[in-house]
Amino acid sequence: MNATDVVVCGAGITPFGRSEASGRQLAVRAVRAALADAGITWSRVEAAFGGSEAAGNADTLVAELGLTGLPFVNVRNGCATGGSALVCAVEAIRSGAAEVVVAVGFDRHPRGAFDPLPAAWGLDEAYGTDGLMVTTQFFAMKIQRYMHDHGITARTLALVAQKAYANGARNPNAWRREPLGADEILASGMVSDPLTRYMFCSPGQGAVALVLCSREAARRTAGVPVVLRAAVARTRRFGSFEVFSPWAPAGTPTSVSRDTARAAFEEAGLGPGDIDVCQLQDTESGAEVMHMAECGFCADGEQERLIASGRTAIDGTLPVNTDGGCIANGEPIGASGLRQVHEIVQQLRGRGGDRQVPGRPRAGFTHVYGAPGVSACTVLTR
Amino acid sequence: MAGARPAAAGADEGLRGSRCPGCGVAAYPAVPDCPRCGGPAAPVALSGTGTLWTWTVQRFAPKAPPYAVPADGFRPFLVGYVELPEGVRVLAVLDGVRPEDAVIGMPLDLTAGAGVPRARRARRPDPAEVTG
Repeated sequence: MNATDVVVCGAGITPFGRSEASGRQLAVRAVRAALADAGITWSRVEAAFGGSEAAGNADTLVAELGLTGLPFVNVRNGCATGGSALVCAVEAIRSGAAEVVVAVGFDRHPRGAFDPLPAAWGLDEAYGTDGLMVTTQFFAMKIQRYMHDHGITARTLALVAQKAYANGARNPNAWRREPLGADEILASGMVSDPLTRYMFCSPGQGAVALVLCSREAARRTAGVPVVLRAAVARTRRFGSFEVFSPWAPAGTPTSVSRDTARAAFEEAGLGPGDIDVCQLQDTESGAEVMHMAECGFCADGEQERLIASGRTAIDGTLPVNTDGGCIANGEPIGASGLRQVHEIVQQLRGRGGDRQVPGRPRAGFTHVYGAPGVSACTVLTR
Repeated sequence: MAGARPAAAGADEGLRGSRCPGCGVAAYPAVPDCPRCGGPAAPVALSGTGTLWTWTVQRFAPKAPPYAVPADGFRPFLVGYVELPEGVRVLAVLDGVRPEDAVIGMPLDLTAGAGVPRARRARRPDPAEVTG
């Protein structure tokens, strides 16, 4: 337990998917929505942290939000951008540097797979020219081995995507809102074996902002508070198997997600068994399957039975990706981590609408994962 | 050809990695310091034969750049990690292996050439496979 609790007092989100709006415009809308949710004005904000991967610098948002002179730090940390912004906000509050802090994540990507340049990732040019700088390859190879080792079937991968689209259909901000059946998902065309087209998320656009406060400052806001018990971001350790790796050591691989989730639970003083609803990185169906185990929610291989029996559905015992996850919302890299937190905040407030988890959930968990082996996790309670 | 290659000095050579004399960890491409203990690593020639640890098919043309589309156009290709006896799994393009023939554990020859490592079906059965 920490001496200073950090409280989420406001949460704002834009629709995900494609529109004419720029990433910065979406970010401004999300921040204003979060401020309105907290019932405060921008002038009350004492510090801000945020970023995007491909849609510009967050600190330039002061032009639209107000030139109050506050410190605004740009965060650019791949898929952990939102999570890292949250960690910074938490530290600012716990240190006493600020009492009211905004964290914002936004992005807008062109159509098609990401096209990272090898040099930016510390790799030889050949990995780009020969066609190996493709994130979908990694996810396919990781789940291919996992299925071999732990008896996960292709049908389970399809059921994960089916659930994502079913949940997305209940989420007015989701990009993909048409339910799709497992057979259709399996028949949608192989992209990178064993993953088919409808098992993947697509790069997209969207923005999310949160207003975070100390307990004391939270009393002076109108938002329904949710306690952020832990926010942790990590990089990979030796022995893990991650995106954009020219090689990996032999043996049973670990992962940065495993480390990050464990650290987040430790910081929160809670365990996976305490969690009522969670959001796990689902770049594609296989990622959700593997992250269930890596984050501590089941043993390797148990997913086959848990998913088939509906345990990860909204009305199951461990609802996963209740807002449709990346598969139904797309992947605006800078925004995804905070989208997950936004969804948990709504679930814990009982404001999940058509996708509300029954039984008044008390604790939630979020997890993002990305290249080249970064992860961020949070634990929230009401 | 643009850029220095990670390990290759010419076509069809064995891979050159590094190995830590302290903890025994091998790495590819060669690195000056052990990625596990941080101690100095020494250059080592890696085995030319290993087994397929995992694989997939790149069925769509990657974005160009950085991808250099072959002169005769894009064709789907296999990619996988080949595990070598030194305890290294090396990312490689799999030449001449069809998706329906790819099996985890199959023996493969691994070579460095121009570009990333390339693997193809082992010319001789892997002794470990025969006895195992």
